[in-house]
Order: sequence, then structure tokens, then C-alpha cells
Amino acid sequence: MGQVRAPKPSALMSPAPASTRATATSAAALHAGQTMTGAQSLIRSLESAGVTDIFGLPGGAILPAYDPLFDSTQLRHILVRHEQGAGHAAQGYAHATGKPGVCIATSGPGATNLVTPIADANMDSIPMVAITGQVAAGMIGTDAFQEADIVGITQPITKHNVLVTDPAEIPKAVAEAFYIATHGRPGPVLVDVAKSALQSQTTFHWPERIELPGFNSGARPHAKTIQEAARLLATARRPVLYVGGGVIRSGASAGLRKLTDLSGAAVVTTLMARGALPDSHPQHVGMPGMHGTVSAVAALQKADLIVALGARFDDRVTGKLESFAPHATIVHADIDPAEIGKNRAVDVPIVGDLKDVFAALVPALEAEHERHGKPDLEAWWAQLDDWRSTYGLGYTPTDDGHSSPQHVIQRLGEIAGPDTIYTAGVGQHQMWASQFIKYERPNTWINSGGLGTMGFSVPAAMGAKVGEPDRTVWAIDGDGCFQMTNQELVTCAINEIPIKVAIINNSSLGMVRQWQTLFYNERYSNTDLHTGHGTRRIPDFVKLAEAMGCAGLRCETDADVDATIKRAMEIDDQPVVVDFTVSRDAMVWPMVAAGTSNDEIQYARGIAPEWDRGEEE
Amino acid sequence: MTTHTLSVLVENKPGVLARVAGLFSRRAFNIHSLAVGQTEHPEISRITVVVDVDELPLEQVTKQLNKLVHVLKIVELERDKSVQRDLILVKVRADARQRTDVLQIVDLFRAHVVDVATDSLVIEAVGTPDKLEALLAALQPHDVREIVQSGTVAIGRGARSITERAFERVSA
Repeated sequence: MGQVRAPKPSALMSPAPASTRATATSAAALHAGQTMTGAQSLIRSLESAGVTDIFGLPGGAILPAYDPLFDSTQLRHILVRHEQGAGHAAQGYAHATGKPGVCIATSGPGATNLVTPIADANMDSIPMVAITGQVAAGMIGTDAFQEADIVGITQPITKHNVLVTDPAEIPKAVAEAFYIATHGRPGPVLVDVAKSALQSQTTFHWPERIELPGFNSGARPHAKTIQEAARLLATARRPVLYVGGGVIRSGASAGLRKLTDLSGAAVVTTLMARGALPDSHPQHVGMPGMHGTVSAVAALQKADLIVALGARFDDRVTGKLESFAPHATIVHADIDPAEIGKNRAVDVPIVGDLKDVFAALVPALEAEHERHGKPDLEAWWAQLDDWRSTYGLGYTPTDDGHSSPQHVIQRLGEIAGPDTIYTAGVGQHQMWASQFIKYERPNTWINSGGLGTMGFSVPAAMGAKVGEPDRTVWAIDGDGCFQMTNQELVTCAINEIPIKVAIINNSSLGMVRQWQTLFYNERYSNTDLHTGHGTRRIPDFVKLAEAMGCAGLRCETDADVDATIKRAMEIDDQPVVVDFTVSRDAMVWPMVAAGTSNDEIQYARGIAPEWDRGEEE
Repeated sequence: MTTHTLSVLVENKPGVLARVAGLFSRRAFNIHSLAVGQTEHPEISRITVVVDVDELPLEQVTKQLNKLVHVLKIVELERDKSVQRDLILVKVRADARQRTDVLQIVDLFRAHVVDVATDSLVIEAVGTPDKLEALLAALQPHDVREIVQSGTVAIGRGARSITERAFERVSA
């Protein structure tokens, strides 16, 4: 009888805490032992969990909860125009603040409209709590009006979910939801509450302790593996720190900075980790992956040591897995043991919160350096610098008279600066925004990485602005994405959430069109959106913006880009939408075509980098 | 691919079986058999899963199972260090003439007859999947009308209990 390897490392390290003290807030103490309805108990529970902002939309089954919500002085409820917007707003809020985002919807279609944001939060490890109403307990299973088995539907896309039919269970369910969403690897938790439970009388008791015997919030990194990682970092000749979104979720940027400076290693930050290390840091060699910089992709391919930090060896980063980083020894640190060895075999596994990993790894590496001196990385940096200078990020200006989208985005980043929060949808504009804006701080770049959800940016920007009202928030969006969720600009206008939206309008589903150009003989099947220059402009984004209570601006030439951005920056009393009409022929480069090896990266169309220039010289 | 028997100890909560089964199908694992029931502690249920899977993906699915909030513990039970049993019920058409032949097979496999009618028998047999397969093969020449099989249940040999420590955590 053998224990299957690798379950619950915490149990190996230290006894897993069978119970943890829940944070008791004034709301919890104030109302303890009071008799109230389940609906009131739900609102008291959210207050007790420390929630201040909720995004949602009422309907039949959740209606009882909206009555006490009306009286809450702690909870600001923002009435969205579509539940998907509530979900993405909660994500943007969580992304920007690090606090769990909260969304609320009714049963049936209200709940199913949350499915996309929940799946998105699950892929990108965003702490989020979704509250949904459910039909009365006695009606469940009868195909009642607006009934959907949302617990069943979201089972594979939540970290955890629960149906509550007993009003006495509401505080416990809410307390556990927040605990699970924010401990260990963050993720979404859904609490489905039957209408009958909301309407029944109950006694409010906020749990003093969280009792989750089967839940592991993570292990402390093992001293032996930390030691081994330090030894490898001290002896490697071509080391790379492969930084993923986990560094941002952990709030471990300061630790990363220390390890970077001490180790002298090259650093790549993935799409989910942009800003974890300032782009201006001399050891930052770019974003890896399908549209990463040549230097970042090459660094991984030629590395003799990769230290993966809160990254998951996603296919968009590794390219064809079999040929990814063929020479590298792999150290993989992650809070989720299931990520370690999932895609790439790992030589040194470290399970733990990255803050703890850095706190242990930095002194361990210092000790190695004291004993054996620092490694000589001069040749490695000569090689990296050669790649950086030869294959820097750039673009070919367009020749059709329209603006280059890269120019618009680059200028936006330069004018709005590194203190601004940027969100993006999914597609070409997202890639350009990750490439051409320089990120200097964590939590300033918010996008849908894992799920790739078009329409993410406007509602996410709304959530980010609610969480960080003093920061400028720019949603960089495509004309395709914008047409999926722009209704939340109404929410922004009415609730005085002055976000700014830059539509990079190439009149088409740009990334799909790019693939049609490259892989489908320029047969542009169903990618023309008719929104740009020289088209019928349906819809006219400026008029649409104005109709939704926003300022609408249009910019059609490179010459007007700076002035338009500056005008948009000056408007602070309402949301602004800028329709930047750009060339539709611009493409995202570099590119590793899907399913091919990173070694086959193209710097521009038909141009492959000369990999080993440095080595041959 | 090799066959593995996993004992999954779970909190006795609604939906937990669906969560465990769903995880296997979602990660494209084929479940051979699955049996679930209460343990000596009413708060804990035990799911026995038999899967055909290679070592590496098994480790991955085990790690994923461990992330389910109501999963307490997962133990792989190796064949030679555990007792593994299935239960099978077989309905065979047999009149008075054929009955003796069938009963001989029943005796040979130490099975039991649990229902007799004028022209049929219901046989109950407990054993390893191999033994039950052999029984079915022996019955093949006869008129087998209906077969129903339980999932495998398994328990480790020796004094050690895998539920003990899990129970301590639940009742802590």
C-alpha cells in the first residue's frame, strides 16, 4: 500500500492547519446572535467579510437580498448592464487591488451570464466571490422558471462552489468562500443561495473559525530544495528567471527584485506578469511566448537554468513543448503543487508562496556567493545584449495613410505613464499593449491571459477604477472586443467611474485576420467589422460613446495622436472613448506560429533571427 | 498504461462524488469502476476508483484531486498489498435439466445461488475481477440473461488504517 506521490505537501512539511481563525469585523460582532432573514444574513456576512464594493444586477431569486442591500452603508453596489460586466469588473477590481472581487446575480440567466468571467478568473487565478440567487429549495430540480444548476455548471471552472438551502449556513458559506478564494492559489468561488433560504428567519452567527480539513492553503518552501535552487543559480552560466502571474498574485515583486539583482540572471515576464519587474530594469529581456521579444524567447531556448516563478509553462510560452528550452535545468516554484511537472518535467520543485520562496532563496544564494563567489555571466550577457540590440521591438510604419496601431499604443503608454492602470481585451491590441507600453509597477497591466476573453477590457477597467479611484485607468480595446461589452460604459457614466477607452479600430477581428493573412491565403472569412475608416462605420463609436454619456473623440492620423490622447487625459468628469482608426494590415511581430518550436520564431514576416551570431563570432 | 486502484477519502458532502468523477473525465481519464460508501466515520465517505493510466498523468490527476476542498486523502492501493473485491450478480436461464451443470460451476467458484425460479437462477459471486471474469467465461455456454457488477472496493492489508488520520482532521 503506497501513498500516491505529491498530495498535499503541507502535510509533509508541517501539520496542515485544520482550522484557521476568521477575521471578525465590527459588522460580525455588531449583529452576532440577532434574528434576521437569510437575506439580511447574506448582507451582514458580506459586510463581515470586509467587502466594500459589489458589482451586480438583481432579478427574482436574488431579490430578497437586494432589499437589505439598499440599506447597507458599507456596501457600494454598482448596477451593471449585463452580468458578464459584473464578473469582469470584479476581476478588474481584484487585479488592481489584490482584494477579492465580488459580483452578484440572480438565478438562471443571471448566473449563466457569470460563467465566462468565472472561467476567466479560474484560468488567471483571480480571487473572486460570485453570489447567485437560486430558485426556492422546494423548486430545485423541477425546471422552475429561471432555474439553472449553476453549481453543476461552474464545478469545473471554480476553485470551489456551494449551494445553500439552509439560512443558518449562509454566514459559514460566505466566510469559507472568501477564505478559499484568497488563500493558496487564488481563484473564483461561487455561493448559490436558494430564495427560500433568503426569505426564512435565521440567527446570524459569523464563524469564528474556518473549518476546512481538506483545504490546503499552501506549504512552506522546503529548505533542501531552496538550497539546491541557490546552488544552481550560483553555478549556472546562462540563467533565466521565468516570471509568471503568480509573482503578482503573491505581491512578491520586491522579493523578485532582490533575487534579480543578486543573481544577475536574465528575467522574462510573461503576459500575466508584466510589471512584476520594471521593464526599465537592465536585466529584463522582455516577454516570452508566441508574441514575445526575440531576446526573451531566445534566452529561454538557450538557457542552462530556468527558474520558473509562479508560471505554468503555458503552450503560448513554450511553443512546441518537446523543443522548449532543451538545455535547461528546471527549478519550478509555485504555490500550487499541481502546476509542478504538469507540462515540463522539473528538476527542483519548490512548493510555496513566492514571498516565502524569495525570503528563503535570497539569503541562500547570498551564502552560496560568499562561499564560491559570483558566477561569471559576462558571455551570457554579451549574447543577450546582442539579441536585444539586433532584434529590439519595432514595427514597420503602415503605408496606407492610416495610423500604425503600435504607434498609438506606444504614445498612449508614454503620455499616460507608468502609474496608469491599463486593461486590454484579447487580440492584436492586447499583444501590442503588452509589448509597447512600459510597465514599471505590478497590478498596472490587467488582461485576460488564460481564457482569452474578448470584451474583457471595458468592464475590467470599470472594476479597476472602482478599486483604485485615484489612478487613471485606460482600457485599450479592439473594435471587435468593444462591441461585446461596451454597455458597461453606461454603468461608468451613471456611477461616475471615469475610465478612458482607446479603441484600436482596424475595422476587423484583427488577430483572426492576421492568421487568415498568414495561414489561410488571405481569405478573410467573416473578419470584416465595417467600423473603420472608409466604411459605413456601423456603429459610429463616437456617437455611441456620446449616447452612453461619455465623451467621444476620434483620431485618424499619426499627427493627431498625441493631441487626442492629451485631450482625453484632461477629461476627468466622465468616461472618454477615443476611436483611433488604424491600418488593418498591421501585424503582431515577433511570432511563433501555433504548434511550432520557439526556435522557429519570426522577427517579422519571413525573417528569422540568426540565433547563434554571438556564439559564432 | 497500467491499472491503478485509488482510495479517495472525502467529506460526506453533497456533490462530492460528481466533483471527483468529473475531474477524471475532464482530464480525459477512463474510469474502470467506481464505488462509494460511508466509512466507520459517518462524516467520511470512501471512493474507490480503478483507472487505466500511466504513472505521470496519475500523479497529475492525484494532485488535482487533492485540490478539491472536500477531498481529505488519496491513497493508492497496490494489488499485492491490498484486498480488492468486486460483487457480481448473474441471471442464468436454466431449467431442471441444465441446473446441475450450472450449480457445478457455482460450487467451483465458491459462488452462491441467491434466487431460484423454475427456469432461472441468480448467482452471486464475490472476488477479484480476474476470478469473476473466469466465472463469466465458464457460464458462457449457458443462457446468461443479465449481469450486474459493483465497482471494486479495496482495503490495505495489515493493521494500519488510512481513515484514522483523516478522521482526526475532520473532528479537530
